[in-house]
Amino acid sequence: MSDRKQGKKEQIMQVALELFASKGFYSTTIPDIATSLKMSVGNMYNYFKSKDILAREIIKYISIYLGKKIRVINEEDISTKEKTRKIIEIYFKTATKKPEMIDYFLRIYLSNREVFKDGCEGMICVNEFVTEVMIYFEEGVKCGDLRDQDFFSAFGLFMGYLGGMVFLKGENILPKELDSYIDDISFNIYKALSL
Amino acid sequence: MKKRMKVLWLSAIACNGNTHSFLNYPYIEQFLNDFEFIYHPVIDSDYTLQEIVLKDIPCDILLIEGSLSDEFKKADVSVIEIIKKYTKKVKKIVTVGTCATFGGIFRESDYKDVSGLHFNQEKRIDKFQDIFKKTVSLSGCPTHPEVLANTLYAIKKSAELHLDSFLRPKEYYAYTVHNGCIRNEYFEYKVDKHKFGELEGCMFYDNGCQAPFTHASCNKILWNEVNSKTRAGVPCVGCTEPSFPKQNLFITKKNMGIPENLPIGVGKRAYLTLAGISKAFKIDRLEKKLFDD
Repeated sequence: MSDRKQGKKEQIMQVALELFASKGFYSTTIPDIATSLKMSVGNMYNYFKSKDILAREIIKYISIYLGKKIRVINEEDISTKEKTRKIIEIYFKTATKKPEMIDYFLRIYLSNREVFKDGCEGMICVNEFVTEVMIYFEEGVKCGDLRDQDFFSAFGLFMGYLGGMVFLKGENILPKELDSYIDDISFNIYKALSL
Repeated sequence: MKKRMKVLWLSAIACNGNTHSFLNYPYIEQFLNDFEFIYHPVIDSDYTLQEIVLKDIPCDILLIEGSLSDEFKKADVSVIEIIKKYTKKVKKIVTVGTCATFGGIFRESDYKDVSGLHFNQEKRIDKFQDIFKKTVSLSGCPTHPEVLANTLYAIKKSAELHLDSFLRPKEYYAYTVHNGCIRNEYFEYKVDKHKFGELEGCMFYDNGCQAPFTHASCNKILWNEVNSKTRAGVPCVGCTEPSFPKQNLFITKKNMGIPENLPIGVGKRAYLTLAGISKAFKIDRLEKKLFDD
């Protein structure tokens, strides 16, 4: 695919992402997305054959985006404690600067499983992101910082906590900005996962 | 009668597992027409161990079985001295088994400074540097009889042996035990439900199988022409590797669910990506017993 076409695809995904996150998946139509982009509906279909395909591509796009950010942290020569904090920082930063991304994950991907059942089986569409979280855990255990346990019990604790906070923020329930919780949450998560 | 090659089978600190395993070589009769043991621990030979140690007996190939230590003696002579004496005259030296190659399990014994001939586990040692180039390593616990016999025939025919960095013939050691394992489908789709001895399931994920990172031909040249550990439902214990034996051989060491040792040459990200995809699919055929009647 040419860079230009890829660029256009990403532009469509970004706009669709914002619309899905704000209006909901079923209330957003392909013509809505096309209108926002000042594109013809026909041309939109050159990029994505259906709304479901677009929905699946978007979750992969978010996973790759977050996965790349965590990979940079994983490759840094720092302690697991510092990595923990940095991953939390990047997650909250994304939730603040690009709230539609995390919103999409929580409100569309996790809530409309029927859209994702074909082609996004298991964790295939969030592979890049989950792989980096796995590597963060695995290296933490290997160097003796984290306690060895089942992956999902650790993953649930980590992502459930962060997802919950972003969800509360999205519901305007949190009295403070996400950033102001980073110290405590980093402390709590590291304490819960470490030896 | 054609000239038979003269072979000395010298056992050092050994359980004689290679000796016994070699008796299962299916063409041993033919082998003994082509090779003559000037001394062998259990096969009749022309000389006694004493004569081997004291006299000057012609020899073409020296086979060393067992780990080495300066303290260890055979017929009251240091095994190191016996090796030095014979290495001068032979065409090739072959270390038979993991003990003679890397030190093996007898590194845990009370003898001092136990090692293989040229290696202490992965570390190269210089004691026999002058014979490094005429040595072939056949690691394994035990060495596969066909690997030993075929290597000796190759030496007899002066065929060129391509060796890896541990001097093991690539013909047999460039492969992994995973290559040819009949459980590959279970590995590919991460079906890890295995109970020892069962036909179904891959043993890499939970049962300690080291086949994907062990260099040997066990699933290419079957044992007793019939079977291999992994085919029978027992994990590969990595017996050809410098690190053998490790501990907890029947449990896969994992960190937060991720195997600590991955298939050779496969990066962690590549492995996790593939594993994530495979794990997403449930293949009914592979979840069931092969024979359910």
